[in-house]
Amino acid sequence: MTIGVIKVARPREMSFPESLYLLEIVKGLGVTMGHLLSNIVRQEGIKTIEYPEVRRPMPPRFRGKHRLMKRENGAPRCVACYCCSTACPAKCITIVAGESPDPAVEKYPVRFDIDMLRCVFCGMCVEACPCDAIRMDTGWFTPPDDTREKLIFTIDTLLEK
Amino acid sequence: MTGPLFDIAVTVARIAVFFAFCFGLVVVMTWVERKGAAYIQDRRGPNRADIFGIRAWGLFHPLADALKFLFKEDFIPDNAHRLFYQMAPMFSLAPAILGIAIIPFGPDVTVMGRTIALQIADLNVGILYLFAVSGMTVYGVVLAGWASGSKYPLLGGLRSSAQMLSYEVSMGLSLIGIFMVFESVRMSQIVAGQGGLLFGVLPKWGVFVQPLGFILFLVAQYAEANRTPFDLPEGESELVAGYHTEYASFKFSMFMMAEYLHMVVGAAVVATLFFGGWQFPYLGDAGFLFPGGFAVAVPPALVLLLRIGSFVAKVLFFAWLYVWVRWTIPRFRYDQVMRLGWKVMLPLSLLNIFATGLILLLLNR
Repeated sequence: MTIGVIKVARPREMSFPESLYLLEIVKGLGVTMGHLLSNIVRQEGIKTIEYPEVRRPMPPRFRGKHRLMKRENGAPRCVACYCCSTACPAKCITIVAGESPDPAVEKYPVRFDIDMLRCVFCGMCVEACPCDAIRMDTGWFTPPDDTREKLIFTIDTLLEK
Repeated sequence: MTGPLFDIAVTVARIAVFFAFCFGLVVVMTWVERKGAAYIQDRRGPNRADIFGIRAWGLFHPLADALKFLFKEDFIPDNAHRLFYQMAPMFSLAPAILGIAIIPFGPDVTVMGRTIALQIADLNVGILYLFAVSGMTVYGVVLAGWASGSKYPLLGGLRSSAQMLSYEVSMGLSLIGIFMVFESVRMSQIVAGQGGLLFGVLPKWGVFVQPLGFILFLVAQYAEANRTPFDLPEGESELVAGYHTEYASFKFSMFMMAEYLHMVVGAAVVATLFFGGWQFPYLGDAGFLFPGGFAVAVPPALVLLLRIGSFVAKVLFFAWLYVWVRWTIPRFRYDQVMRLGWKVMLPLSLLNIFATGLILLLLNR
């Protein structure tokens, strides 16, 4: 036997009634009609997710939109240490630090902007944060918008979530 | 009303009503196609377009499509032949519309002492007229393919013309049996001929008299209308969209309308020639007369309504069959189409003519 020759099972020859196609076509029509009727009767059986109204539940470790956490008094938990912006491979976090009015806290972010157009959703900022101030657990993607400015999330939008 | 005025009014009314029926059905068919395909494939289909928050299962999508087509840019490619490029959609749509003219929608009605045929024109050449105009559709396709000045449309147009020409042969021959049985090519007489009973049990419909002819004609019709499984002229995977690749906006929608009109007219022709047209099974002028001698009297108005209703139901069924088949059977390869057309359909239709002739000869001897 020749080396390297693989025997493949050939499809069997069609029988005469099959080669006429007519009966087979009628059978096929039956299958499609079955799907049509069962989908009309049982609409909930259709797998389609009606996207904006119904959302696929995201897995718990899904890295979605960022949010900034708050302290108990409502001030941002962030201490403006620049760890996240240093860790960020896309350089999308801009922080401007200021002196915190709270004597127990040294600094707070005056500005905390994330450029969502540059963010690569790697989650490095979350891992770098020493205070658990930034999280990506909103379970949702960045929604589309019509200007670039709207996609630079400021501290107010980030704190809201 | 005076004589000529009455005639003109009747003619205009008939044209308007049948035209509106066919175009209304075209609009509905686009929706049926999309929604039917979706449900067959376990999807939901169009359901987003709404008017004042009413979605009505996506029924407004054809409206949205039409508006979109109307307001799109009317673009002509640089390489296109400007005149022929613009003529092609008209050549495609016009024959499809012309086909409506000879379809009998119902029996003769008597209004104000006059007999009115529910048919735009009862031509004595009947079905030959239909062949003549539907033969013209191929010009639209070839013209579109050639005038676009692009490769894919040219290939699509070539395939289309070859396919339509070869199937026209078996389409014509498959109907000869019908002409022999009903001894006429006039649509109204073919329908009237299907009113009787076969062996005293079955309605004498074309499908029972000419079963082989029916299958051949149906298949040839699908090939003629470029519908799946014979839609390889617009085979998306290899030809982008075939002959209408370069068309956009309302010109494209004219091709679409032509395709769906072909479906509607084709469904009406199949219903007329093979399923008794407006004949309702066992329904005579005075009422039902069942094979066992059991009779039910029906008022004339209801008889008329039942007959028109039965015609509409048959047309709807066959129009749906086009959609149903499209989402069931995959597309043929080009050589398979040609082999089926010339080596199977043509000999079978000739055999059908021979067998019909032989049987008629033996019966009438």
